[in-house]
Amino acid sequence: MPVYDALYDFQEELQHVLTRHEQGAIHAAQGFARATGEVGVVLATSGPGATNLITGIADAMIDSTPLVCITGQVGSSLLGSDAFQETDIVSISMPVTKWNCQVTKAEEIPAALAKAFYIAKSGRPGPVLVDITKDAQFQAFDFEYRKCVEIRSYKPKPTIDLLQVKKAAELINEAQRPMILFGQGVILGKAEEEFRQFIEKTGIPSAWTILGLSALPTDHPLNVGMLGMHGNYGPNKMTNECDVLIAIGMRFDDRVTGNLDHYAKQAKVIHLDIDPSEVDKNVKVDIPVLGDCKETLSALTNLVRLKSHRSWLDQFRAFDQIEQERVIQDELKPTTGPLKMGEVIDQINHFTKGNAILVTDVGQHQMVACRYTHFNQTKSNITSGGLGTMGFCLPAALGAKLGAPDREVIAVIGDGGFQMTIQELGTIFQTQAAVKIVILNNSFLGMVRQWQQLFFDKRYSSTELVNPDFIKIAEGYGIKGKSIESRDELHESIEEMLAYDGSFLLEVKVGKEGNVFPMVPSGASVSDIRLS
Amino acid sequence: MVQVFTISIFTENSIGLLHRITSIFTKRHLNIESLNTSESEIENVFRFTIVIVATEELVQKIVKQIEKQIEVIQAVYHLDEETVFQEIALYKVSTEKASENNLVEKLIRDNHARILSMEQEFMIIEKTGHKEETQELLEFLRPYGLIEFVRSGRVSVIRPRNELQKEL
Repeated sequence: MPVYDALYDFQEELQHVLTRHEQGAIHAAQGFARATGEVGVVLATSGPGATNLITGIADAMIDSTPLVCITGQVGSSLLGSDAFQETDIVSISMPVTKWNCQVTKAEEIPAALAKAFYIAKSGRPGPVLVDITKDAQFQAFDFEYRKCVEIRSYKPKPTIDLLQVKKAAELINEAQRPMILFGQGVILGKAEEEFRQFIEKTGIPSAWTILGLSALPTDHPLNVGMLGMHGNYGPNKMTNECDVLIAIGMRFDDRVTGNLDHYAKQAKVIHLDIDPSEVDKNVKVDIPVLGDCKETLSALTNLVRLKSHRSWLDQFRAFDQIEQERVIQDELKPTTGPLKMGEVIDQINHFTKGNAILVTDVGQHQMVACRYTHFNQTKSNITSGGLGTMGFCLPAALGAKLGAPDREVIAVIGDGGFQMTIQELGTIFQTQAAVKIVILNNSFLGMVRQWQQLFFDKRYSSTELVNPDFIKIAEGYGIKGKSIESRDELHESIEEMLAYDGSFLLEVKVGKEGNVFPMVPSGASVSDIRLS
Repeated sequence: MVQVFTISIFTENSIGLLHRITSIFTKRHLNIESLNTSESEIENVFRFTIVIVATEELVQKIVKQIEKQIEVIQAVYHLDEETVFQEIALYKVSTEKASENNLVEKLIRDNHARILSMEQEFMIIEKTGHKEETQELLEFLRPYGLIEFVRSGRVSVIRPRNELQKEL
């Protein structure tokens, strides 16, 4: 209450967005942070307000998103007494925050917040939480704000070991079949340009994790596509063929590596990362290169020889051709049968020309959207990667639009995830944020259904959804809506949605039992990727 | 191969850091064998000593994740032979039973134990040593009316020179 009372006097300077639920608030802050590269800020009250942030905090932690969460707390004299709306949010949030603290005196607030912003943004970014007791919010003190620039126990960037850089360069120079895996570290390190120069000089085929997506334009000749469980055929196959694997700002997530016992065993591994604890965590590394990749990539580019790996790259392209014929063609340009998710993305590409920000939720639509959306600009793919949080998309899209108001923001959501934070339509309505919402409705929790079909003998246990009339709901919130089911309407409906001045909800009823392929089955090696 | 490792962690003195550190073990479903916290030789730097039985590969990963915590200044791990370590144990036994058969003398002579307090009903014996040694005395005392037993966490000093002092 005291904080909000003070905010009343700063409405010009501080744009406060009142969401309908704290989970909505934190996902919006995440969307803002991911679209802008700045720190997202979220305020929540004590007790349930604070606990409702936890999913978003855990999501931001695993996806390295810089956030400052400020929670209210009961008065310091009541701490530990099970007071009304008291919860030990510092303990609860500890394993999922980069740092957190509780402040019980007003004069400690400026230093705590200065530290919070510094920690959230520096090094490998992450969420921090500052819990402020009610009495601290009421006290008056002489305000002085000093920016935090250093903490003695915290080294955000490891010192670069030039010997390691040299060793890595030598290995790269000798490599016959090198391959790059890049992740969000390239984006977080603002190293897109350094990355591009590095790959162009070395001529190395480069594949992305879903959080690394958009760091390199889709049509770049060295972009060989997506890694992992629903990634592209070529990079998954070639992971077990390459002689040198260069991982840049990525953490060998199990969805990327598949079975580690059969993962790139033939290759020497170079790992560039800012976080020493990522080295050797999942994959044994031969040459770790610690540091900010903006700096390590530049240093490496200076030492590597100009090269091209044309015939090696052609091998990726040969796999692309197979995938194109066996999977992609029918997903993007089907002529019969129910609508497919891929053709919706294909039509979006047609109009956005790779310039939009794509925000996705979790599941089949997410995999399809990440696989097929075109990107020309960095920080354009916003999705819940590590935690896989359904309900992330709608509020994150709102946050992205508020952070990047001049860019087209398209939220592509499944019918399941949409209903997990559907209340944020109210916030979109109130803020008049022109978010375009595309629901790919298959009336199922589609990815779970796909697994049930493939691995559980089609026993569709609790995955079918009986859905409400989404268009009426949108209209209730003053958001224009349209529902389509036939191929004939798709092109013009997407055109209409994008041309509309304001938020627009397009429900596309797609085939109920569509599957996402290729697929690396759980527990299988990446090179055992299936096309059907 | 699992071995006994002593993890020494040098930290700032901040509320909740213990929870932050132990949750790294909880996350991996690992048991902490012993834990001790105290001041260190450097002003305002605290020291955690954690004993764990695990493979070196796992300990390496844990130590890096501990060191990553903002308020942790340094975390290192060592095998037993690389450290000098000690534990302390207190035993409360019945004075009457302990007085029989010259037990007290045997205790002090054979075990390098000492008596901290002697009352009419009970006496408190203290022994420092490695766990096996304090355990041995525990087993020895059981038949003689052992009333209470407690053992501290391990404290340990690293044999090679630690560079932390220089760094700070």
